[in-house]
Amino acid sequence: MIEFKKISKRFDDKQVLQDVSHIMYSGKTNLIIGSSGSGKTVLQKCLVGLYEVDAGEIIYDGLSFTKMNDEEKKMLRQQIGMLFQGSALFDSMTVEGNVKFPLDMFTKDKESEKIKKVNEVLERVNLVGTNKKLPSQLSGGMKKRVGIARAIVLNPKFLFCDEPNSGLDPQTSMLIDKLIHDVTIEFNMTTIINTHDMNSVMEIGNNIIYLKDGKNEWTGNSKDIIFSENKNLNDFIFASKFLQDAKEMRMLEAKGKKD
Amino acid sequence: MLKGMVSKPENSKLYWKEFMHQCSEIGIGSLGIVCVISLFMGAVSALQTAYQITSPIMSKLIIAQIIRDTVILEFAPTLICIVLAGVVGSKISSELGNMRVSEQIDAIEIMGINSKTFLIMPKIAAALVTIPMLVILAMVLGIYGGRLTVDISGIISTETYDRGLKELFIPYNVFFAMMKAYTFAFIVSSIPAYFGYYVKGGSLEIGRNSTKSVVVTCVVILFADYILAALLL
Repeated sequence: MIEFKKISKRFDDKQVLQDVSHIMYSGKTNLIIGSSGSGKTVLQKCLVGLYEVDAGEIIYDGLSFTKMNDEEKKMLRQQIGMLFQGSALFDSMTVEGNVKFPLDMFTKDKESEKIKKVNEVLERVNLVGTNKKLPSQLSGGMKKRVGIARAIVLNPKFLFCDEPNSGLDPQTSMLIDKLIHDVTIEFNMTTIINTHDMNSVMEIGNNIIYLKDGKNEWTGNSKDIIFSENKNLNDFIFASKFLQDAKEMRMLEAKGKKD
Repeated sequence: MLKGMVSKPENSKLYWKEFMHQCSEIGIGSLGIVCVISLFMGAVSALQTAYQITSPIMSKLIIAQIIRDTVILEFAPTLICIVLAGVVGSKISSELGNMRVSEQIDAIEIMGINSKTFLIMPKIAAALVTIPMLVILAMVLGIYGGRLTVDISGIISTETYDRGLKELFIPYNVFFAMMKAYTFAFIVSSIPAYFGYYVKGGSLEIGRNSTKSVVVTCVVILFADYILAALLL
């Protein structure tokens, strides 16, 4: 579980985050949603310590991350996996090299055991037989899946995903969502996903925080969104006529069931 | 940057592998250009020195001595390191810059690895090991290039050239050149690493920072060259 209390972050004269608080639960896909520039990525980078917060506290399983020294943060980060927006695969390494890198760095396993583990996670993300390919030879969706494989190879307790569906077609996006959702349950991870993909919100949004202009505007889950009366949230989620109609239908369905 | 770079490696074996990789990239990768420049540096020095020594009362041995001392004192350490600032420096800067922009450095940090220690320290250590070796090679090849030229163009005989090399040789000059080589090796690796590691923006900024790092490195090398000469000679 990750809890953050009254997180604030400013860059020069721009206040990017202001008093953002929420709890991210383990075994659930926790979503941070919001329009571009709302502070999603900054919040996630603050949570993993890539940015120092100006104010507030971040607590990982009862331990204050903000009060940890560099060495303690380093130890905690070994339990964190992260999937970056652009995948951030190491260009000079093959798929196998990328996935094996955390194992090489942090385990004393035999080479054969490492390869076995790499093959297991590659199979988990449906990338069997791509071991010797370079990142430049992969499609966007495959890169994301290699990124997920690298992030989960050490069985982390916390998984962060920054816009995992950006630049992907709807079908591949759904595959990635399902994969993240499944590994979250399988490994009982605390998964935090930054997204503005509405399919993801509705399909895997167990616990959602909606940011607007760096502030916590709304919290809930995918079911709550349908019935939310928050205008900003509705404008953001149900931006098109099609989605507005879909919302109304879902509301009518729910009302019918209730009656 | 240098302060943050010093920390206990998470896995010594992987750091050693990275260090050896960098030794190969910096040392073996620059071998060709260093050999070509050194040979021509000595050859041109021989021709130009012979051209300027017109007085019949001056000993021909002095040609070899001038080539030897200019190559050891200045050409091999300074000229070679300025070339390496372009070859090695721009590579270090653009490599780290690309890793920064594509979030690869963030990925390393998130894994709980000190990215400065893992990415920068092996580069600086490899430069400190390989660049002085390249400078020694440049000294030998520079002097040999001069020998070949005086022989081919008939300026002096190779026996006279060899005798000139041995006469009035000051071993301290080699020590001084090595001091320069170590100082310049540190400059050639650390300044581009700084520019690359802290790049902000996209591919345009990577290019700009890479160019800037080479320019700054060259200026700092020349400045350090002057300071070392003033202090140690």
